[in-house]
Amino acid sequence: MNPEKVVFGFFIVLALTLNFGFFVGELDNPEHHNAWELFAVVVVNLIATVLKFGDRTQIGAILLSTSLVAMLQLIAAVVVWVVAVHVTGGGLTPATTASIVSLTGGAMIANVISVVLLVVEAFVLRR
Amino acid sequence: MDTVVFLILRRMRAPLLVLIVTYALTTAVLALIPGIDAAGQPTAPMSIFHAFYFVSYTATTIGFGEIPSAFSDAQRLWVLITLYLSVVAWIYSIGTLIALLQDRALQRAIVERRFARQVQRMARPFHLICGYGETGQALVQALTDRHQRAVVIDYDEARIDLLKLGGHREYVPALVADARRPDNLVAAGLRNPWCTGVVALTDVNKTNLKIAIVTKLMRPGLKAICRADARDVEVNMASFGTDHIYDPFDTFAVYLATALQAPCLVLLLTWLSGVSGEPLKDPIYPPATGLWVLCGYGRFGKAVYQHLKAQGVELVVIEADPGLTGTPPGGVVAGRGTEAETLEQANIHRAVGLVAGTDDDANNLSILMTAKQMNPKLFLVARENHLDNQELFEAVGAQIVMHPSTIIAERIRVLLATPLLSELATYARYRDHAWACELISRIAALVEDRVPEVWEVTIDADQAPAICAATGQGSPVTLEALLSDRRDREAQLPAIALLLVHRSERTLLPEGPVVLRRGDRILFCGAERARSRMEWTLHNDVALDYVLSGESHHPGTLWSLASRLVRGPVRHRD
Repeated sequence: MNPEKVVFGFFIVLALTLNFGFFVGELDNPEHHNAWELFAVVVVNLIATVLKFGDRTQIGAILLSTSLVAMLQLIAAVVVWVVAVHVTGGGLTPATTASIVSLTGGAMIANVISVVLLVVEAFVLRR
Repeated sequence: MDTVVFLILRRMRAPLLVLIVTYALTTAVLALIPGIDAAGQPTAPMSIFHAFYFVSYTATTIGFGEIPSAFSDAQRLWVLITLYLSVVAWIYSIGTLIALLQDRALQRAIVERRFARQVQRMARPFHLICGYGETGQALVQALTDRHQRAVVIDYDEARIDLLKLGGHREYVPALVADARRPDNLVAAGLRNPWCTGVVALTDVNKTNLKIAIVTKLMRPGLKAICRADARDVEVNMASFGTDHIYDPFDTFAVYLATALQAPCLVLLLTWLSGVSGEPLKDPIYPPATGLWVLCGYGRFGKAVYQHLKAQGVELVVIEADPGLTGTPPGGVVAGRGTEAETLEQANIHRAVGLVAGTDDDANNLSILMTAKQMNPKLFLVARENHLDNQELFEAVGAQIVMHPSTIIAERIRVLLATPLLSELATYARYRDHAWACELISRIAALVEDRVPEVWEVTIDADQAPAICAATGQGSPVTLEALLSDRRDREAQLPAIALLLVHRSERTLLPEGPVVLRRGDRILFCGAERARSRMEWTLHNDVALDYVLSGESHHPGTLWSLASRLVRGPVRHRD
């Protein structure tokens, strides 16, 4: 067992589970989506992205690109949140909440692809 | 190719993770600690956004005092920890980055990548030169002086640094690398379509051999030119088709033997291969009859002995260690030649010439000085082993100074820059002495004491579009026409056609109404202005028309109209 692989897998799966945790709930209900959860998703995704740096294989390249997509979506979601709450002062209206949550939904798909690739790689290695 | 990026990313993983964790932790805790208002009442904690904003400017030690209200003591405590934690994290990250940039492996990767890119971007023919010793330096200098391009590989970093300080006219990409490794040769452009030849000039025979093998295996059509100092290596190189192999000692011995027999020929080749525009060199006439004394019977001595003997020259050999070098058939005078006694034994008083050919410059100089004192009329030939001693050899007054590296460099330069000239040299050897002398006087009449310009013309769409077009339309162009002046067709350009190559047929000094055909190659020599005027005739239809027919009709509409008004309708050329 390679401890590096354990940490790698842990963060990639954690990125997905946290993302799912934030995403789940009514789309436009701010009560169902916690700011702290979004914070955790961003941090764990960042860590997962950095862990994927420097892998020269083909699968490594795709893993990195999925992470970059997820980060792009999540940062967009955070910016929307901050602008809604702090800049315009409009607060989390159902419309804003919906757009934030749908952005993280996109990030979640990227994270799902990441995990699928991870599993595929594990199977290929076994063979 | 992307090694550099991956190397940086991989090494920066740990510092980036430390930064992320530090920022996340400090931001999160700061967003949990309750604040305090002006009245001392606890308030809600900062939002995550405000906490991140505060940490960002604290961690980078920018430190605005901007956040709205004063902190509670609990917040202050955490800000203290934040400050020290984040500053340490940043120092660690930046330190790692700086260490990474100083890392030799990374620097090497960056240099290699830049070099490979430079070579890839070469959009003009270039020569790949392996080995930047004295020969390589002389060759690169000679090539760049003539606006030809080169790529250099050498394993010695100091030499490559020297090249970068060199200040050549053309930019010369260079890499510190082992030329024996095929991947290095490929990086230096072995597979590049613009690469016109590989020149192996390292001082190790085996390396040169390996370079030749790699070249012939990876690009069989590419020209491979090698230096070899030993007979067996030469034979080995020739066995798999190395195009040109140069042995400096043998080359010089042939030169010396030719100078004895046909001084005009040597002078001709010296003139044609010189740097154009420089003053012409005076002819050298080594005495062909009489006794020659040869000091040193090593590789150089043996080559000279063999070639002079073949000319029937009477020779006495002086060698310090005949047991090691072997003795020539005529016997040997044992001794170094630096002392009067040995030279006396070799009949120096009766001799007409002396060759100081040991592998030690100090000894050679000493031999020359002693011999000159004993017999001031001697013709002196010196072997110069290191270029640093050039001034000394000039001061001692030797008529011919032989420097192995320069000789090889000169030969290869001629071969690369004007391949027809090196063909000419081969054919000229079979001509008699009078032929060369006559040619010399013809050239001297053209160029007023300056080294003539030597150039090659290939009759093709690139170098001679006007001629190709005319030939295609059924009006053949003769060499005579090409050599007439485009300003006054009755006058001849101050140039001589030295060699005409038509398919596999070679004509020395072609004259008169020789019809030029597509694919012909011609070697000219003459004054600089002849070359530029000939360029006109080669490229410009109007200039060619004039030279052929004496008529200068301009193809432009306006001009045709005007000339029709003046002269009536344009006559058709018959």
